[in-house]
Amino acid sequence: MAAQADLGRRVERSSLLNDTRVRGIIFQILAAVAVGAFVAYIIYTTAQSLTSGLGFFESTAGFDIGFRLIPYEMTSSYGRAFLVGLVNTLVVSAVGVVLATILGFIVGMMRLSGNWLVVRIAAVFVETLRNTPLLLQIVFWYFGVLSTLPNVRQSLAIGEVVYLNNRGLAVPAPIPEAGFSVIPIALVVGIAAAIGLYRWARRRQELTGQQFPAIRIGFALVIGLPAVAATLTGFPLSWDMPQLQGFNFVGGARVLPEFVALLLALSLYTAAFIAEIVRSGIQSVSHGQTEAALALGLRPSSTTRLIIIPQALRVIVPPLTSQYLNLVKNSSLAVVIGYPDLVSVFSGTVLNQTGQAVEVIAITMAVYMTISLLISLFMNWYNRRVRLVER
Amino acid sequence: MTDETLTTPERYEPGRHPDMPPPGSTVGVIGWLRSNLFSSPLNTILTLAALYLIYLILPPILDWAIFSANWNDGTSREECVREGACWTMIRARFWQFVYGRYPFDQRWRVDTAFLLFLVTAVPLLIDRVPGKKYLAAFVFLILPVISFFLFYGGLGLPVVDTSLWGGLMLTLILGIVGIVFSLPIGILLALGRRSDLPIIRISSVAFIEFVRAVPLITVLFMASVMLPLFLPQGVTFDKLLRAMIGIALFGAAYMAEVVRGGLQAMPRGQYEGAMALGLGYWQMMGLIILPQALKISIPGIVNTFIGLFKDTTLVIVIGLFELLGTVQQATRDANWAGLSTEGYVFAAVVYFMFCFSMSRYSVRLERKLHTGHKRR
Repeated sequence: MAAQADLGRRVERSSLLNDTRVRGIIFQILAAVAVGAFVAYIIYTTAQSLTSGLGFFESTAGFDIGFRLIPYEMTSSYGRAFLVGLVNTLVVSAVGVVLATILGFIVGMMRLSGNWLVVRIAAVFVETLRNTPLLLQIVFWYFGVLSTLPNVRQSLAIGEVVYLNNRGLAVPAPIPEAGFSVIPIALVVGIAAAIGLYRWARRRQELTGQQFPAIRIGFALVIGLPAVAATLTGFPLSWDMPQLQGFNFVGGARVLPEFVALLLALSLYTAAFIAEIVRSGIQSVSHGQTEAALALGLRPSSTTRLIIIPQALRVIVPPLTSQYLNLVKNSSLAVVIGYPDLVSVFSGTVLNQTGQAVEVIAITMAVYMTISLLISLFMNWYNRRVRLVER
Repeated sequence: MTDETLTTPERYEPGRHPDMPPPGSTVGVIGWLRSNLFSSPLNTILTLAALYLIYLILPPILDWAIFSANWNDGTSREECVREGACWTMIRARFWQFVYGRYPFDQRWRVDTAFLLFLVTAVPLLIDRVPGKKYLAAFVFLILPVISFFLFYGGLGLPVVDTSLWGGLMLTLILGIVGIVFSLPIGILLALGRRSDLPIIRISSVAFIEFVRAVPLITVLFMASVMLPLFLPQGVTFDKLLRAMIGIALFGAAYMAEVVRGGLQAMPRGQYEGAMALGLGYWQMMGLIILPQALKISIPGIVNTFIGLFKDTTLVIVIGLFELLGTVQQATRDANWAGLSTEGYVFAAVVYFMFCFSMSRYSVRLERKLHTGHKRR
């Protein structure tokens, strides 16, 4: 009895330092103190060199921005300049994401084709673009290719409609006329009808087993309704053609070479990564799935659409998300060629003019974090939809 | 059917048929062409289209880069008389592209440091090299110190200011510093993220997610503009050192996610087994979990390193001249004006050689580690 009591007391008395929970608490207190001290130190030293808060957002910017999609003048405020930069970043990222996805899926499929030559071409494309720095590709397109293009008078004409020269790309601009609004409405109605049709066809197939060519008819609706509307209203759209007058083009829309170079580099670079993701995603679906589908009597096209793609998407979507995030973040490299994106306008010009380094950099980072978060949320939602449902 | 209905003149014993050669159209060059290029009408069209594309693209590039290019020595672009590429510039500036403005008589120090790194770091990547533990300790602990004195000076060597560093040398320094420091920090962050202690977990997650959500350019801007503000008045930091800190911390966040993937792939039994043996946390991680987890994350680590290596080009924006920066400087020289395409192609080839060999290594590892069933 005495020995047992003695043992119990010894266990109780054993050093607190050897208790995992106590150790954990001590470690955490140490970590909290270290992190807290670091943050407090930064805030303290920074506060000494800070001048003022966010008041500079209201003051006049006084510089011009070469590429803007929302109204902006020299007399606009820094806040307006921030918005212009943000819109420019979003535009180049959005167009880049769409182009990179399309191109990436095509090249990824090419790498899986049975054609030796096509596989090799896709491999060269992917390896070249993946293994050189993006910054190098941007300056290559900008200084190495676009600025060596002929000048305005000797523009390369593509079908007398699109002109390419060292000042950018001149393209026809659409001018909507009276009654044009019917066409977008028809397009929206077409899309809504196609989605409704697809849902109905699916439900009917689940209930009765009868198939309905919903996808083909849906496509016909999406394309056909606007076409019918356009024909009925007599094509109420005219094009403002770019015309060479004097030393530059008049009319039409002009795309800056900075935009073209950045977009080209971003979408090609990301497409190479997406191609690899698509290829590995499709390869990750075991061949037994294809064989089983064919054994069930599915046609090869249905096998791809109903068996391979849904399973491949589960593997493709998470890395695809991080590629989209990378593309948005990489668009900040625009600063090197002078495309007025958020970093170039805000962390560049505005920071230099106001000297509000801490606020400007913090806001820039906050914007990128918000964009990243939104893309992650959307892609996570999509990923939940395509995920394997287990028990 | 009886034997009489056979039309063949010869008759063989059952099981004694001589082997017939396969049809001529299924073997050799023709067979290969048929199965790989012309197996269906669609494939034939694709092949012809691909051939046409190659015909459109390849001859002009080859002509520009090789057949009508200028390979002679010279001091300005006037000496490039042929219409193709002017590689004369690369020849004239080659050593500047390699060493930047590092003084001529001190360049042996750079060569020595890289030779030392090659001799000690490359065996680390090869299986079956004995004593890797000591080699790794040397590369990660002692070599950085030696290299610092070799590159910068001190201990009797004249000091070479970091503003003179440049070219490929600076690219490699940034890249190697990036991985040598980001890997240990990344491992610690990954362990922190998987820790049971809430404060440590939350700070690790906050750091990793914050860094991964912003572009490297803003991290570099922060390192170059805001770091001086964080320091007490009067203390200055070398510009290169600031860039290195930025790149190492940036790389660490990505490395942490790769290592976390490896940690998550470890079955629970490994943890439980280690605990059952009575190992403490650091013993369990250091002896049981990390050796296995790091091994399976090597391909990911190499891929992160490739990304880090490519990202070193971004230090241009804070005014450091690594390979791409030196090339860009050369193309703005009045003697070589207008030769930016040649310069960029050269830089691209150099980057490609480094990144491609690293990616081949990671693919080889992935093949070795992946033993599942694959399509095709």
